[in-house]
Amino acid sequence: MSTATPVTDAPPARHLTDPVVTIDDFSVDYLGAVTTHAVKNVSLTLGRGEILGLAGESGCGKSTLAYGITRLLKPPALITSGSATFHSREGWSADLSTLSGEELRQFRWDKISMVFQGAMNSLNPVISIQAQLEDVFTTHRPELSRAERVQRCGDLLERVGVDRARLKSFPHELSGGMRQRVMIAMAMALDPQVMIMDEPTTALDVVVQREILDEITRLRAELGFAVIFITHDLPLLLEISDRIAVMKAGEIVELGGAYELYTNTQNDYTKRLLASFPSLTGARGDFIRTGVSDDRLDETVQHENDEEATA
Amino acid sequence: MATTLDIDDAAPAVAPTAQRRSIAALLPSPSPKLIVGLCLGGIIVLWAIIGPFLVGNPNAISTLAFAPPGTHGHLLGTTQTGQDVWSQIAWGTRGSLIIGFAVGVIATVLSGLFGIVAAYVGGAVDDGVALFVNVVLVIPGLPLTIVIGNYVPVSARGIFLIAVVLAVTSWAGSARVLRAVTLSIRNRDYVAASRVSGEKAWRILVIEILPNLIPVMASQFVFAVIFAILGEAGLSFLGLGASNSFTLGTILFQAYNDLALTQGAWWWFVPPGLVIALFGCALSLINFSIDEIINPKLRNSTRSQRKKWGLTPAQIKQLEAENAK
Amino acid sequence: MSTLEFRTVNKEYRIRGERGRSGKLLAVKDVSFTLESGKTVALVGQSGSGKSTIAKLLLQLERPSSGEILLDGHPIKRHGAGLRDYRNHVQMVFQDPFASLNPYHSIAHHLARPLKIHKRARSAGEVDAGVRRLLERVRLTPADEIAAKHPHELSGGQRQRVAIARALAPQPTMLIADEPVSMLDVSIRLGVLNLLAHLQREDNLGVLYITHDLATARHFSDEILVMYRGEIVERGPSDDIILNPQHEYTKKLAAAAPNPELRLKQIAGA
Repeated sequence: MSTATPVTDAPPARHLTDPVVTIDDFSVDYLGAVTTHAVKNVSLTLGRGEILGLAGESGCGKSTLAYGITRLLKPPALITSGSATFHSREGWSADLSTLSGEELRQFRWDKISMVFQGAMNSLNPVISIQAQLEDVFTTHRPELSRAERVQRCGDLLERVGVDRARLKSFPHELSGGMRQRVMIAMAMALDPQVMIMDEPTTALDVVVQREILDEITRLRAELGFAVIFITHDLPLLLEISDRIAVMKAGEIVELGGAYELYTNTQNDYTKRLLASFPSLTGARGDFIRTGVSDDRLDETVQHENDEEATA
Repeated sequence: MATTLDIDDAAPAVAPTAQRRSIAALLPSPSPKLIVGLCLGGIIVLWAIIGPFLVGNPNAISTLAFAPPGTHGHLLGTTQTGQDVWSQIAWGTRGSLIIGFAVGVIATVLSGLFGIVAAYVGGAVDDGVALFVNVVLVIPGLPLTIVIGNYVPVSARGIFLIAVVLAVTSWAGSARVLRAVTLSIRNRDYVAASRVSGEKAWRILVIEILPNLIPVMASQFVFAVIFAILGEAGLSFLGLGASNSFTLGTILFQAYNDLALTQGAWWWFVPPGLVIALFGCALSLINFSIDEIINPKLRNSTRSQRKKWGLTPAQIKQLEAENAK
Repeated sequence: MSTLEFRTVNKEYRIRGERGRSGKLLAVKDVSFTLESGKTVALVGQSGSGKSTIAKLLLQLERPSSGEILLDGHPIKRHGAGLRDYRNHVQMVFQDPFASLNPYHSIAHHLARPLKIHKRARSAGEVDAGVRRLLERVRLTPADEIAAKHPHELSGGQRQRVAIARALAPQPTMLIADEPVSMLDVSIRLGVLNLLAHLQREDNLGVLYITHDLATARHFSDEILVMYRGEIVERGPSDDIILNPQHEYTKKLAAAAPNPELRLKQIAGA
């Protein structure tokens, strides 16, 4: 019944043989009256063309990590250690923390692009879709002629499953799902090698979410870009990711292939997360509905109180 | 957790401990600008209250006309009719401040009534009142005050009449702001939750909605005071001010009329102007601090906030460098 | 045994100035269902389906354009003492734990008000005891410490439990839970839902669980109503709806929900 692309047994260990991004000992602090260590010594490799899921709850540091590697953090956030290196498919590598100014601007969107949380509300409401897509090309590919630009914009839209005729529409004339597809199209415009998506489907209907996820997997197969998919929805990641990293309080507590993570969970926190999603068609899991006894109830609530005390 | 982020805020997570501060966090933080504003404003207010008791008679004329400061015990010199400027300033400050605060109170009450209550009641009442407010807003303020001022005979022009005239022409803008804020608060879940709990309408207004309006109303009050003091100075300068009292504006009016400018008697017109400017400055500084409460996005951006974090100079430099990129 | 019945209710909204549109939005179309004490009904639908409107109609925050709402067989009262009595019986847990509590007031205030309004406690001592009892029921202890705090000092999960306690203060017979856990952290969602289930059994409440999440709807409720564009397109016992959907839309929903078990069974089978 599920229309996700079926996956073979074990995904090839691309991240070891052909990495596209290497994150080494990365740390980010939020300065303030009390300094918070949002990301603590995270090391991670992203393989070329791989979908890496970054799972965790709010405050675990997953978004901070993503924004940190693309140098989008604003004070009071500060990168305190570590590096992120990009390995291009042309063979060269660049340390993302040393780039600045013009280099950084050219790098962003061309090699690594992002789809932000709540992205479908990021379109300028008074400018047409065509103008906004064209803007990307005008900035990064100034050598293109007007006709070529328009052609490419139309191609982009069709690639994400939106009719070319919608180029002339304004954002409010499109549904939420369509707007999100436009944002994905914008992120794909310059054929990046890495796309970072921060909760791209959270605000969408389950049905539309399914369509968007199918688009992403299809495009990945077609174009070969790597994806870092950030979300709290673990079942979703289990369906589309090759590998999954689970983050808690700034650290990666478990990292492994999707299949292994589901069938052979190592870490207690991951087990808890998995148990929080009752299976739609299967057994109840941790979900108590009938005959609950007081101590089992206290147990689940006490866990939250403990989390509060240590936070 | 699915919280939507503003596309401008690249820093996604707020330090969780920031949420744990007590209710004192809802008051303005003691930043340098707040302290300077409060001190400066406080001194002037104190002077307005106590000053008149300490100085001589501002009306007493003498033959010592246009005496520069320091002559015969006149700290700020004398006017054309030999009156002591220092005493006049003391009484003038009191007069101006009384008008300022009276207008502040009246304008805030009026704007609250027309802005908050109408927005809360909603429906046709809200539409009607909004129309009324918009009409009042569009009526040109200064010509209206001049017309009202002219209409009233000179003998009846006291401080309180001036205050009323100024208040009547200044409440409309504030009412619009309060209406907008009330409409947004009215739609919040905790107001709906109060209704569902069975709370009465007036209680919801006073207990749930009003406390959230206090920062905005405080800001509007301060604006009204600044406007009133400047407005009064303007009115008096045109000769339409309070006829039988001293205000900073009437002193300026007298100075101008008695040719202090051409006589070079700076000690007559500079002090009143200076007091108005300093007090306006103090109130504005206080308003900027209140802004930090109303607009949470300013909280982490201002230098005063960052100074509190006790960072090493190297870290501060690093922050500024990152910010510039 | 108490019942809350929705009988062929319609709710129309007027929309302004849309080009070519008649200017009316039918948010709820001919909807009928009944809530009973001791049973949980799930109202499942995506955003825009009309489920929030139904919550507002049940809480009398809006009025139906046509149709009736009946409590224990009698049409509900909309004013004065009758309205207060209705509120005594029907309460709501709101979706957003960060917006449903007033930042200016303490937790004790939030719980004391409904106690006083519905005369569940009169003197200061009774109110204190009532507040303490409510906090203990939702496992927020030490109660006196929590009661003195303000909402921004609590976590999302704790705030939601305060919201549940507030809803229980008038000792209602019916509870409407509007997406009670969708804005909470994933790992505490089940804790809160389990708490709701437990409290429902203790008080024999009739619960309407509004959600877009099919999985929790199935496990938490006895009956599921599927809403699409303001209409109920399918209804039935939870297991039947999920495992054997009949309507096209329900089938689409069930297929679209992430289901890793299914996919991994494919792998295991392959």
